[in-house]
Formats: sequence, structure tokens, C-alpha cells
Amino acid sequence: MYEKDGEKYFVVDGHMHFWDASEENTKNKYGEGFIRCFYDYHKNLSPEEYVWPLEKYRKYDEATLMKDLFEDGYVDVAIFQPTYLTDFYHKGFNTTEQDAVLKEKYPDKFVLNSSFDPRLGEGGLEDFEAKVRKYNPKGVKLYTAEWHDDSKGWKLTDPWAVKYLDKCQELGVKNIHVHKGPTIWPLNRDSFDVADVDDAASTFPELNFIVEHVGLPRLEDMCWIGTQEPNIYGGLAVAMPFIHTRPKYFGQVVGELLYWLGEDRLTFASDYALWHPKWLVEMFVDYQYPDEYTEYPELTTAVKKKILGLNAARLYDLKVPEEMQVAGDGDSGPDVTPKPAIPQEATIGGHSE
Amino acid sequence: MRTTTTGGPAGPPVDAPPVDRDAVLAALGTVRDPELDQGLTELGFVASLEIEGDTVRAHLRLPTYFCAPNFAYLMVADADAAVRAVPGVRQAEVVLDDHFTSDEINAGIAQRRSFQESFEGLADDELDELRTLFRRKTLVARQQRLERALLDGGTTKEELGRLKLGDLPPSPELDTYLQRRAELGLDVGPEAPLVIDTAGNPIPPELLEDHLRFARVTRVSIEGNAGFCRGMLATRYDLPTPTVVAD
Repeated sequence: MYEKDGEKYFVVDGHMHFWDASEENTKNKYGEGFIRCFYDYHKNLSPEEYVWPLEKYRKYDEATLMKDLFEDGYVDVAIFQPTYLTDFYHKGFNTTEQDAVLKEKYPDKFVLNSSFDPRLGEGGLEDFEAKVRKYNPKGVKLYTAEWHDDSKGWKLTDPWAVKYLDKCQELGVKNIHVHKGPTIWPLNRDSFDVADVDDAASTFPELNFIVEHVGLPRLEDMCWIGTQEPNIYGGLAVAMPFIHTRPKYFGQVVGELLYWLGEDRLTFASDYALWHPKWLVEMFVDYQYPDEYTEYPELTTAVKKKILGLNAARLYDLKVPEEMQVAGDGDSGPDVTPKPAIPQEATIGGHSE
Repeated sequence: MRTTTTGGPAGPPVDAPPVDRDAVLAALGTVRDPELDQGLTELGFVASLEIEGDTVRAHLRLPTYFCAPNFAYLMVADADAAVRAVPGVRQAEVVLDDHFTSDEINAGIAQRRSFQESFEGLADDELDELRTLFRRKTLVARQQRLERALLDGGTTKEELGRLKLGDLPPSPELDTYLQRRAELGLDVGPEAPLVIDTAGNPIPPELLEDHLRFARVTRVSIEGNAGFCRGMLATRYDLPTPTVVAD
């Protein structure tokens, strides 16, 4: 919980990790490149006093995580988003099984999500079902750029992906977090394109699709698909830290998202240990648009409360103390006010294909 | 670094004109990152340039190890072609450093193989479609920059919707906008409307507001990415850059 000027904010960190990129666990040059790339993100966007040494960043311990999130970082509930990357790391980068240890120890602090890889076919589907029955996750984190043997990426519209999503629906795994990355296949397409999320969201209207990193670097595609499907959400991991280094750009990103998706479909996240939630929460609550941004929807205290925790709490059925709710908002659900039809250039992302 | 050489068995004829370093840099500057719509030199992607006689060696670098390989390939291929087109250049080696597909890309460029051959089994087509897609996105962003300048200068949205290219005063924004229109094969004549969709169709007045809004988010996206990539490059290679920027 964060308190400022008499207002209390319920904080859900919608995307965080407990990863192991230690040298012993790193399998190859790709794993080494991956963690160094992550470290540059961390170093580039964090305030100086929050920058860790590389060694600590590669592998941090439970005590550090618990202190950073729950003692210092104001987080009430944190959502584990596993990222396997078993082609890069011997035991995986952070798996459901690894995250489950902390979930078991601190059941009220964490939401444990799982993951699937449609390229594992029938056997993978059975394993996924067993995992869901064991851990009872309400969500999955999917990384479409993940490598598996010869395959260097996949799409939500692949036939096996549809079967796995069917299984999610059947088992009540209702929150599908999608992370786009630079796939190697197919190289001649834009791998950051979120058009497949649009298709999946209309095929599975009962599932919620949370596009991680609000589709960056394709904010325009994200905004476009957000107007098409009411069950598409934007996860603000990676967008949040711009609040420090590039506050004007941050205002534009949030302003655009509030216009296109609305205040009920955005969720806060630190992407810990990429960034520390403490400064993100503090700066976000203090944030005001620059004066010249007159065309964006207002970023009021109520909107900030929704983004920082209430929206994710709704998706995951988390209990929020009455004093931290937004007055009069009750169970209004997401804003699905129709947005105006967008002329032809909306097809620039290839969505008309 | 030598810029001329006086022959020898492997050297050029003694009367060959020396290769002009500034001309090579200018050529590299015309190569643009297809996503960010800025030149390789202004982005800091040219790590080093060495000229020896009629041979040019350029090393390129990117903001991260995992930058999208398709765009990386396009930039290296375009840089290679641009360097080879500079007067006096007979040999060129354009190399991408520190990228997870450096080996594949560099081998492909050195052997002048197509993209598809360089990534055997991992790509099913050439990259023209991708290039066109991003030219369209950047057309929208360039148009929006011009529109924003006009609106800031007091033009109303209704007036904007009626403007023809011939009505506009010269400006750098207009030049870059017209250049991209021409590259996409769209009308750049003085009677053509300023505000168009990516297929070149005029925007009906009732859709103008939405058009302008979508153009704005497209520009925000592209400019935001460019700013982030600059920051990441600076962090990766320890380059001087302000850590907190105003835009």
C-alpha cells in the first residue's frame, strides 16, 4: 500500500520475476547476451541510486526480493510471470516451479502464473494441464519470441496455440499475458506486430489478453487492437520507467493509452528486477502531464488508483480494502466505449490481411 | 588512418581518385533505420570507418544484442550498397558487431547472398514487404509532423483538410514528407491533397479528426522508440548522453 496526501493506493505489481542468470546457469552466448541486454535496460532507465552491480542483477536472493517489493516498494500483491528460456539457461530463467517456492511460502503476497509453449504439441498440452491442476494459476505469460529447437518464434494464431488457449478457457486460466519480442521467424514479418493478439482476443472473448509492455515498440498497433476488442489490456511494464528518464514521452504513452483503451484496461508493473517498484510508484502518484498536453484524458487520482492496482485486482479477483477503492466505481468493468472508426492507415500494421 | 595509397600489387592504379571520407559518411547517413526513420550516422550506429586506398571497411553497431534481425539485415545490406556507390570505392566490407545474428548477416553480406539464403530455413520471403510496411508507418509520422507544425502555426483542422501540396511553404518537414510519398509511388504534384492515407486517398472531413489522432500515436511510437534506442546504445557502449531528457 502506498499513501500520499491522504490517499491510499492498493498496489499490484502485474509483472515481476525471480530469475537466475548466474554464470553457472547460463548455457550459451545467447543467454549471456540476454541478461546483458536486460542489464542495459536496467542501467539506462533506473535512477542512479537504484542501479545494481551486474553480479547481483544476474541472481538475487529471496530476502532481497521480499524487501524490495513488499517492505520498500509498496507492493501489496505481486504477479509472477514466468519466462522459461530453457534454450538459454540450463534450469530456465524463471519457471513456474521456481516461482512456486515463494508462492507457497507467502501465499497472500504472490499470484503465481504459469506458461505454455504450443510447439510442444500434445505432450506439452498434457503437461500444461497437469501444471494448472497442481498450481491453479489464473494466468499465463507467453513469450512468442522464445526459441525451441529449430523454431525461433510462434504466433497466437498457430493451430496448436489455439488448442492451448482452448485448454486455458476450459481450466479457468483466464488472463493471457502476451510478450512480443524479436523472433527470428519469420524474419520477413514484423515480429512485434500484435495482430495475432487481436485475432486470439476475438476468438476467445471470455479470456483477457494483457499485452505486456503495452506493445512497445508498436504502441500504435496496440492502440488500434485495443479499440477492436474489449478484452485487450495493456501491461505497463517497460513503459513505466520512462517516467524518470523521459517524463514527456511517458505522458504521451499514457495519454494515448488512456484515449484508446481507457482507464480500466491498463495495469502497473515494475518488471522487477529490471526496475524497483518503489521509485516507479512514487513518481507515478506524483506525475502530472506537461502543460502542453491538453488533448489527453485526465490522469486523476482515481485513474492512478485503477492503474496501480484496482484493474489487476479485478482481473485476478484480489480482495481490495474498501478504503483503497475508487468511490462509486463498483463493478463497472472495463471501458468499452466504442472508439471512432479509424481510416485506412489503421491497416498499416497489416491487420487487414 | 590512410585515405590514399600509392599502388603496390594489391593497390589501385596510382591515378585512381582517393576515396573521400566525408562522401562515405554522407552515403552512410542516407541509410535509414527502417523502424526509427533516422540515418545510421545520426543514430550513432556507425562504430568505425576505415578507408585504405579504394577499400572501405565500416563496422555497424546496434542498441542491443537482440535488436530485430530483419531490420539489422536491411541496414547492413543498405549500408553495403551505399558505400559501394561512392565514387572510387572498389572494395567494401560492411560488418555488424555484437549482434546475435552477426555471423549470419555478415556472411550473407560478404558473399552477397540474399536475405533468405542467409537465414536458410528461417525466412520464407525477401524483405521488400516489410520495408514497404515501415515506409507507410513513417509516412504517417512524417505527415503528422508537418500537420503539427501547421496547426501550431494557426491553421485550423478544417483548413488542413483542404490544403494541397502546392499551398505549403517550403520547410524541411515538407521535403522529408514529399520524399517518402515519392518513394511509395504516391502523388507529389502541387494539386495533390496534403492529408492522405497510406494508399494516397484523401481523408473525408468527417474522418479527419480520427486520422489526425491515429497519426499522432504513430509518430509518438516511432519517436519514442528512436529516443529509447539512442539511450540503450549510449548505455551499451558507454557513450556520453544526458540521462534525463526533456522530450
